Amino acid sequence: MPVSFTNSSLIYNTLKECDIRLLSALPETWLVHLIRLADEDPKMVLVRLAKEEEGVGISAGAHFAGVKSAMLMQNHGFLASINGIVSFAHLYKIPLLMLISYRGSFGERDPWQTQGGNVTEPLLRALGIPYSFLDAAETVKKRTRQAQTLAESSLQPVALLLTRDLMWEE
Amino acid sequence: MLRVDCLRSVYSELEECLVVTIMGAVATELQSLGHRFNFFYLQHAMGLASSTGLGLALCLPDQKVIVFDGDGSLLMNLGCLTTMARYRPSNLIHVVFDNESLLSVGGFPTATNTGTDLEGIAAAAGVPNVTTARTVESFKAAVIGARDGNELTTIVAKVEATGPAAYVTGLSLIENRFQFARHIQSLKQR
Repeated sequence: MPVSFTNSSLIYNTLKECDIRLLSALPETWLVHLIRLADEDPKMVLVRLAKEEEGVGISAGAHFAGVKSAMLMQNHGFLASINGIVSFAHLYKIPLLMLISYRGSFGERDPWQTQGGNVTEPLLRALGIPYSFLDAAETVKKRTRQAQTLAESSLQPVALLLTRDLMWEE
Repeated sequence: MLRVDCLRSVYSELEECLVVTIMGAVATELQSLGHRFNFFYLQHAMGLASSTGLGLALCLPDQKVIVFDGDGSLLMNLGCLTTMARYRPSNLIHVVFDNESLLSVGGFPTATNTGTDLEGIAAAAGVPNVTTARTVESFKAAVIGARDGNELTTIVAKVEATGPAAYVTGLSLIENRFQFARHIQSLKQR
């Protein structure tokens, strides 16, 4: 499976440097290494979800508890989380750091991913969610820190789109 | 059995707990008994009160967390039972007020009105301790037992489909949210 272990490790180590102590996740191909790294880390609370929207509530609970968290999901999981994002995170000003694998964009071979790819950025814009891309190893640390900083200062969800260029090696 | 009587029966037992409620009648009735800084009312995002309680319980293992959920909300997020059961935090008590109705939006029946058994679903999801209360006395005993026990518990309370005349209270959502977070910070500084 040509998911980049090197870049997954880079992202994971960056999350650790950002003091992330809880990760919610629902498996998807591009996230396998990230989820395994979290699972093998005794200092990380990994919450495996049945549906991504649960992660909004879990991250809100973590925030109230003073624990920094992040959400790992596919862009279709973001689509499945939108009510929670709007009627919890936005309504109650909850910071969310969302790492979203950007499936269905340029280079996508799986037909079933393509419609979600089309609407991911338009939806982020429609929801007023600030977002940026993790698309090159050199900028992973800086962008992730910046995303977390903005989420916490603005008390709102912020998204990082994990791109094929970073996550996939072929 | 009335939900407000259930809440009244355990109100004085909630002081040392973190309490998360769903929207609608549950939030309004708990506030009518007297708001406290350890109460957080999730006034929308149906289904996520249970997930919020799970996040709190996992991050604050020494703190008892009580979620006051409802049948309509839980039916929107049944998967949360499987997530709760997977991690089974011993400090989480999940109360489900089951009035078999979406009361605040016209009283239309939910699936528990046509036979869906939430206690059975919770048990089958793997929640280690489940019970159904049909009297205020058994409800109070179940909540106190779970609070003083050491096991993830789901308590389904069968209540009448009646509630307050209005749902908006004087407490702003944002004020409640910051009060609640500050209360938790103050616990850590004790």
